[in-house]
Amino acid sequence: MVDSFRPADQHELSRRSFLGVSFAAASGLFVSLYLDPDSIKKVLAQEGPQPPTQAKVYPPDAFVNIRPDGKIVIQVNRLEFGQGVQTALPLILADELDADWANVVANLAPAADVYKDPMFGIQMVGGSGSIAHSFQQYRELGAKTRAMLVAAAADRWGTSADKIRTQASMVHGPGGQSATYAELAGEAARKPLPDKVRLKNPAEFRFIGKRVKRLDSRAKCDGSLKFGLDLDVPNMKVAVVAHPPVFGARVKSIVDEEARRIEGVREVFEIPLAKGTGVAVVADKFWPAKQARSQLKIEWDFTGVERPDSAELWTRYKQLGLTAGNVAVSNGDANAVDKIAASNRIVAEYEFPYLAHTPMEPLNTTVRFDGDRAEVWAGSQFQTFDQMAVAEVLGLKPEQVTFHTEMAGGGFGRRAVADSHVQREAAAIAKRLRGTPVKLVWTREDDVQGGYYRPMHFHRIEVGIGPDGLPLAWRHVIVGQSILAATPFGQMLIKNGVDQTATEGTADTHYNIPNFHVSVHHPQVNVPVLWWRSVGHTHNAFVMETLIDELATRARTDPIAYRRKLLKPEAKKPLRTLDLLEQASASWRNNLPKGHALGVSCHESFDTGVACAVDVSIESKRPKVHRATIAVDCGLAVNPLTIESQFQAGVGFGLTQLMAKGAITLKNGVVEQRNFDGYVPPYIVDAPVTVDVHIVPSTEAPTGCGEPPVPVISPAVVNALARLTGKRYRTLPLVNI
Amino acid sequence: MATYQLNVNGQRREVTVDPSTPLLWVLREDLRMTGTKFGCGISACGACTVHLAGVATRSCIVPISHVGDRPIVTIEGIGQDSVGRAVQDAWVETDVVQCGYCQSGQIMSAVALLKHTPKPTDQNIEESMGGNLCRCGTYPRIREAIKTASAQIAKGGA
Amino acid sequence: MPRIRVGLLLAATIVAMTSWIIAVRFVRADVSDATTAQGLAAWEQVYSVLTHPRCINCHTATNYPQQGDDRHRHVANVVRGPEDKGVPGLNCAGCHQETNADSTGVPGGHNWHLAPLSMRWQDINDRPLSSGEVCRAVTDRSKNNNLDGPGLLKHNEDEPLVKWAWNPGRRPDGTMRTLPPMTHEEFVAATRRWVEAGTPCPATR
Repeated sequence: MVDSFRPADQHELSRRSFLGVSFAAASGLFVSLYLDPDSIKKVLAQEGPQPPTQAKVYPPDAFVNIRPDGKIVIQVNRLEFGQGVQTALPLILADELDADWANVVANLAPAADVYKDPMFGIQMVGGSGSIAHSFQQYRELGAKTRAMLVAAAADRWGTSADKIRTQASMVHGPGGQSATYAELAGEAARKPLPDKVRLKNPAEFRFIGKRVKRLDSRAKCDGSLKFGLDLDVPNMKVAVVAHPPVFGARVKSIVDEEARRIEGVREVFEIPLAKGTGVAVVADKFWPAKQARSQLKIEWDFTGVERPDSAELWTRYKQLGLTAGNVAVSNGDANAVDKIAASNRIVAEYEFPYLAHTPMEPLNTTVRFDGDRAEVWAGSQFQTFDQMAVAEVLGLKPEQVTFHTEMAGGGFGRRAVADSHVQREAAAIAKRLRGTPVKLVWTREDDVQGGYYRPMHFHRIEVGIGPDGLPLAWRHVIVGQSILAATPFGQMLIKNGVDQTATEGTADTHYNIPNFHVSVHHPQVNVPVLWWRSVGHTHNAFVMETLIDELATRARTDPIAYRRKLLKPEAKKPLRTLDLLEQASASWRNNLPKGHALGVSCHESFDTGVACAVDVSIESKRPKVHRATIAVDCGLAVNPLTIESQFQAGVGFGLTQLMAKGAITLKNGVVEQRNFDGYVPPYIVDAPVTVDVHIVPSTEAPTGCGEPPVPVISPAVVNALARLTGKRYRTLPLVNI
Repeated sequence: MATYQLNVNGQRREVTVDPSTPLLWVLREDLRMTGTKFGCGISACGACTVHLAGVATRSCIVPISHVGDRPIVTIEGIGQDSVGRAVQDAWVETDVVQCGYCQSGQIMSAVALLKHTPKPTDQNIEESMGGNLCRCGTYPRIREAIKTASAQIAKGGA
Repeated sequence: MPRIRVGLLLAATIVAMTSWIIAVRFVRADVSDATTAQGLAAWEQVYSVLTHPRCINCHTATNYPQQGDDRHRHVANVVRGPEDKGVPGLNCAGCHQETNADSTGVPGGHNWHLAPLSMRWQDINDRPLSSGEVCRAVTDRSKNNNLDGPGLLKHNEDEPLVKWAWNPGRRPDGTMRTLPPMTHEEFVAATRRWVEAGTPCPATR
């Protein structure tokens, strides 16, 4: 079989790509980031008449450029921000194309209709969907391009396509003829686009499934690769913005004499922000801009602005957690837990703080406004939205805005913001500077204090345990702001008052728990919130995997065996990963040195199953993770090297949640942390020393690996700590062990 | 404004800037060498690491007026050095980078380590690399690449 | 007549010597008591400076320095290293230059480094040691780089890193770092009084 994912034909592609019609903010059209295809169909069925189904053709020439010198330039329809997509998508295409990998060059595509995600209809990266959504697409693009080259050769040599074979950017004819792709490219481009193409059998793959090294390594190691922040456009100015100390406040007055006296400072003026207003400082270079900003004396107007306070929020959240909210899932008897003897009940309360993403490259965007057109350079996860936002601010149509996608130094969701607030700031400044490009830079302080955090959450769970030690009843209340409410898709995607980005990982659990009741409260708080790598799974997986582990300990059962017992039989991926984990960790799991303990977790997110075992001790009052063994089921492993890297490193990212100073807190409306001195992510000493990754062999459709590493690590480490200290850790970050 | 004569990667460069400007921004904007990165501005992340008279230095907090005639080596020039080249090669061989933004600083710190301690232990690595932040989390591969570079240097007699 | 004069002279000498001996013995006893008490008081003044954050932040018992008035662990996981100067990737002098960098908020001084562990003034839980413990450490010539009283005085008077505490520069937010509880001159004067009293240490454990 070729693949069990989707049959290779254009008709199938177009059915799914009806979402690819143009996005209109005010109309009923919407895009979903989190619904699977079945749910999209269901929701659309409720909306009445369907939007017109358009056959979406992905023209190969928008994706592949075979240059006369033999280089094959492949356009990547998503941002590269570390996950390796600018190697993975080209290798998929190059495989079907039979290209010479040594001559493949990847390019991050600018914003354009043709580069929209086939599932979601917007150009974006997120939801761990790059491979899952574009695997088929890029295979077809490669196969079609090859077919056109073969057709050109067939013409040239007066033979038929079936007598021609291709290999490493060369075409070979039946009579010993040969030609390079570069030589045939011109003729091939004139060939009609084939309706159907044959895709390779997995046995024929040359790159897919192999450990292929990244294309961008060298340039990232010698300082030559330019990120958005490195951009240097002729006549460019640099701007920083003074943001209000409380979200949504407005400028009342500005005293800027001292600021303007700094050499190199050009302009100081008020600009609108996504909420409230701020003050832009424009200078020739970054340093004078930053100096000038610190010299500004700004008076703010806080009228009507809510001042969120972490202590107050906890009180409010804990109160809400005592009663059921909007029901996300209700199986069996919602009150079953009340009927279970107290000695067989656990009541657990969990606290999760706001988290900032803090990607290494500070946020930035460069814009030039020329009156009837504009040009934007940004490392954006949301090109379609950002392009529209810039157009709106400048009074242009999106197609009048050329939007370049720059390499980004990390994102983790922070560069995917539906309100495009950074781009809007940059556009507002560019508008004033008409004709002069401006690079807007957010300092690290702007970033740490600038909002768009993983929301704060409170969980209250009551578990009733059956005589077999398995949970018999589970009543779970989640409290946390809705991420989707702040986006254009909020109206459509929040059903029955439940934002599933807050419940994912719990509501959709694979554990077979009778009398399972999950509800959620979504308080409104004046703090902008956003998806943080793995989103709802960040807190839900922590709760599930620590509570399940606690039950396993109570039942005196091995943590892997317990989970295996409790998982539904149809939870194929989690079960496979547990089996593989058991094997892969057999050599060390049960003979740890004194002072070390084992921690286990198992969680599926974004259709990828992951099981994790860690070896942890306590050093200098912190958890020291000596080793992590990880088993992954992500369907067909397109690039096992990337997958290994993603999991080895992703767990290091996941440990942000446990860091002693890994929390954003607010006091009287003001964020208390400023930079990496107050908000401290994991350094090398905090990350696992070694991580070995094992991939379940599979031919199923490939699923994502960007986010799945994150949810498993924190609960696994804390489960190990629980064995070492006998304590339960339900409040993050981990301050006292 | 003041004029400074700098020695950058073996070349003489002249800049006229505000004396308070950190070396990082002189490199990035006045010399247009963007390989050295801005990550935090308070020496907490190491993305701005350069070598100043052979010492790994966080350029975001050293004002240009403090530099003097001490030779500056940046990521753009470290490949001219055999240890630097070995480290860059090991990084590529080991497929260390993800987003790559922190890696200039990681490499500069690793070179400083290996020049001083050609056969570093795990603890040496953890201590010298301990202040270089990587949000992607490439730490395990960084450890591996340093050991690879160390072995390579030993073989090549760098 | 001459025999009487010699006798008188001898008697006078004996009386004078006895008086002198008595006087000196009693006076010295008064001076010793007063001096020790004054010396101890002077020491407490010295101790109040030594335990101020500008000084004690680098006199840790751990493998890291502290920073700030709240004496939190220094950013970026910098560590002591085998010679108290950091490690190859994170040298103290790599960031801390010869003078303060006010525009970026990083203090500087010649030969910036951690005090050796022999000169730790805190315990491993970052709590300042008692007045007696610090005094005994500071006056122990096997620990204090073999400094005698005058050597200690000169150290407090001239050592650049000591003097830095009174010129500590600006923090990144532009505010001035707080100074020790007395001027450098007063600190030196207190040190002198303490040294002249024989560097007495309080009996506290």
